[in-house]
Amino acid sequence: MFHLDWLNDRFLIAAIAILHVFINHGLAVGFIPYITWLEQKGVKNAPSNQITDLKWDNLIYQKMKVAFIITTTIGAMTGVGIWFSVALVSPASIGSLIRVFYWAWFTEWTVFVTEVVLILIYFLTWKNSNTSLKAKVRHIKFGWFLSIFSWITMAIIVSILGFMMDPGNWNTDKTLLNGFTNPIYLPQLLFRTPTAMLVAGVFGMLLTTIFAKRETEIRKKAIKYAGQWILAWTPFVTAGAVFYWNVIPQAMKDNMSTAVGTMEFAQYYDLLKYFIIGTASLAVVLGVSALLQPRKIKFAYVIVPCLFVFGFLGIFERVREFVRKPYIIGGYMYSNLLREEDYPLYKKDGILKHATYTAVTEITEDNKLVAGRDVFMNTCSRCHTTQGVNSITYVFERMYGFGKPLDENSMAAYIPNMHNGRTYMPPFPGNKRELNALVAFIKHLQQTGEGLEGVQTTGVDINPLNSAKSVSENIENKENSQQLTQK
Amino acid sequence: MMLLQINTPVPKDIPLPLPLPEWLLVTLLIVSFLFHIIFINLMVGGSLVTLWAQIKGLKDKRFDNFAHEIAKTITVNKSLAVVLGVAPLLSINTLYTVYFYSANALTGFAWILIIPLVTIAFLLTYLHKYTWYSLEKNKTIHIGIMALAVLNFLVIPLIFLTNVNLMMFPEKWGTVKGFISALLLPNVFPRYFEFLGACIAVTGIFIVWYNGRKNYPVETIYQDQFSRYDLKKLGYSIAVIGLGLQILFGVIVLFTLPSKGIGYDVIAVMAGAGCLLAFALWYSYQSLTSDKEHIDLHFKKIALSVLVFMLFYGGSRQMYRHNALEKHQELMAAHTAEFQRLSKEARENPVEEEVELEIDPSLGEVAKGAAIFKMNCAACHKENEKLVGPPMTEMVSIYADNTTGLKQWIKAPGKKRPDYPQMPGFSQLSNDDLNELTKYILSIKK
Repeated sequence: MFHLDWLNDRFLIAAIAILHVFINHGLAVGFIPYITWLEQKGVKNAPSNQITDLKWDNLIYQKMKVAFIITTTIGAMTGVGIWFSVALVSPASIGSLIRVFYWAWFTEWTVFVTEVVLILIYFLTWKNSNTSLKAKVRHIKFGWFLSIFSWITMAIIVSILGFMMDPGNWNTDKTLLNGFTNPIYLPQLLFRTPTAMLVAGVFGMLLTTIFAKRETEIRKKAIKYAGQWILAWTPFVTAGAVFYWNVIPQAMKDNMSTAVGTMEFAQYYDLLKYFIIGTASLAVVLGVSALLQPRKIKFAYVIVPCLFVFGFLGIFERVREFVRKPYIIGGYMYSNLLREEDYPLYKKDGILKHATYTAVTEITEDNKLVAGRDVFMNTCSRCHTTQGVNSITYVFERMYGFGKPLDENSMAAYIPNMHNGRTYMPPFPGNKRELNALVAFIKHLQQTGEGLEGVQTTGVDINPLNSAKSVSENIENKENSQQLTQK
Repeated sequence: MMLLQINTPVPKDIPLPLPLPEWLLVTLLIVSFLFHIIFINLMVGGSLVTLWAQIKGLKDKRFDNFAHEIAKTITVNKSLAVVLGVAPLLSINTLYTVYFYSANALTGFAWILIIPLVTIAFLLTYLHKYTWYSLEKNKTIHIGIMALAVLNFLVIPLIFLTNVNLMMFPEKWGTVKGFISALLLPNVFPRYFEFLGACIAVTGIFIVWYNGRKNYPVETIYQDQFSRYDLKKLGYSIAVIGLGLQILFGVIVLFTLPSKGIGYDVIAVMAGAGCLLAFALWYSYQSLTSDKEHIDLHFKKIALSVLVFMLFYGGSRQMYRHNALEKHQELMAAHTAEFQRLSKEARENPVEEEVELEIDPSLGEVAKGAAIFKMNCAACHKENEKLVGPPMTEMVSIYADNTTGLKQWIKAPGKKRPDYPQMPGFSQLSNDDLNELTKYILSIKK
């Protein structure tokens, strides 16, 4: 398996995905209606003998240019990057999802292609449309049309996300409709829509402070409008966030075997409350001061709320990810990429026997550490590193005391029961011998400080039980015995 | 002896049916890939041509202007190339899930590097485009920006090709150690140069079309530097170079193909594709040497034959992939079915030992409670000393007369001690179990 031992594999996905959400929400879904609104203001406020206020129009164009460049480079590539990184880190889950959601993603893709083409047209025809009022009005209408389109893209993807969060459905009803009707779909959409608008407004104001010269009339006007925009959306953001915040524990309950959230979750959940209050009040302060004192607004004042609203969006994504645990696909596949229904088999035979890539299948005293390494790679490495972020040594030291030597017996007693106490952890899938090998390996990691490299550097050890040779021998044996019984 | 053994892994497939019939997925893959690759060709070829023309433009001003015009198309083509790439990516992920993901993982770092590299290349093309006038005095820097973008564009396809090549050879997976060793597998480089030829050829044909459009004001852009005829001729000569390279490396590709996926069908389609290229090359050359009136005569023929060539080429690659993996896919299907059967068997006859509480009869009436404790609490609590949480003796001193309080605490603990981590709740325990558990805990003597 691909493995990043320092940064943590999940971090790779998270970093790419959160960047993508920032850009998609803040610079597309929210930004395009914001820009179109401002472009329209330019036409409305223009002297009657002109199509639009050209200076104003140019300022808005420059803002759009920034958004255009970012969305078509970093935005687009982080979108593809989610596919790439998930395929590396979590191939079994994305492979399963893609078989069920092919059409949903295909539809999403066609909408997405259209969106990109529309953005290209919208931005590249901007200057040409300034030649006649008719063309300008058409351009503005086009902007509204594009706004609706990018919102639809988001509405579809939220449905797919919602489905993945929704426990149980995977086993019974694998349709996209389920994604739309699941309990956290609407709250998510009602939260994401105004938040995208808010992020866009704050980011837009930030760009104004960069592009428009101090003490100019346009700057004052642009900041005032951004203030209006922010104040108009803030109540909806607050309402949406509170709604979403309230349904999260329910979603959490359904997924985990226990009703009470874990301590880690409780911490995030609490933090979220303060983030809602903080973001809402900061937005109001920024909006009001933009309306009352537009001249005083400087880059330095806007950058803080700007970072804050991005953080606000980010922390919600983090909590949403947490709700999913211990599953990666609710009720079907655990976050270690093993399917729940295969657990009895793993308990019986052990995990290594059925792993495609492992150096050891029969554990002895001599190969215990190598076996432990392979157990770690196959069952822990999707979320834990050896020495880096969320490392296995760190989580055990946090329990048993930092700096103290880890006790193999305590760990071996803890691991088979950990899912009872830490409900975000999937149950340990392997057998007793594998457990002992694993704790020996963890102890070894603590003693030596060694790391573990993924297959992208070391290559793979092929399990001889799952090689082409033994698989074909199995098939032949089976056929022979069938023929014998027929005779 | 073991070292000489060929070891081919047989992973388990995703045990879910394909969302569509296989033929339909294959069709979608080939068609969507065709659209993707055309724009990729234009993006890479456009950058190469821009760089060449801009360098040539240092001495001959006319080419500088030409470079500017082509540069403007790159940023549009690249946006389309990316979005159009998602559909074939989805389709290949669905059709060849395990093969594709295995190749991705084995070349992990290089594979994920595609994302930042492409992003950087895209940003560079914008930088290049929007600094055309402001860097007019610093041509070297400006050309350097384009050169960097071109460098990125030249590396990225190599990573892709390495992956789609590696996925076809599971027998090599055990020997591959990182990207470089996968890159050196046979057939990657010939295919790469064939691809570069295609980029140049398609861009050449694009230039002919782009400059032939009626509403494209050649006269105002180029004044008297270039006429439409000159530009078209330039396009055709670029196409001739590209097509020539393609044929040359296409032949090398055919002869260096590893034998396992080769069949007469593959060779026939590839030969057909080669003929189409030769046809396009012949007419491009004819157009190049023709006079002003006849320059457009063969355009449609050329464009169409290159398009059909691409379909043939995509088709032949798919046939090769299909042949190469057919046997292995059968093995994988059998292996997956066998695993499913075993898993079902195990599900129906679960191993008992783990589920049952380990009851020690010598403990008498607290035996069940002790077993529950061992399963749920012993990882953190010991009898006499602090482990993760406080020792049991401390629990006894707090709750000796307050069983209800202890039960409540176990179900929903709070955080009392600043120097201890908070305890997770155990609300999954039944009331019966709680009774037994607390009976046991409180039976411990100080």
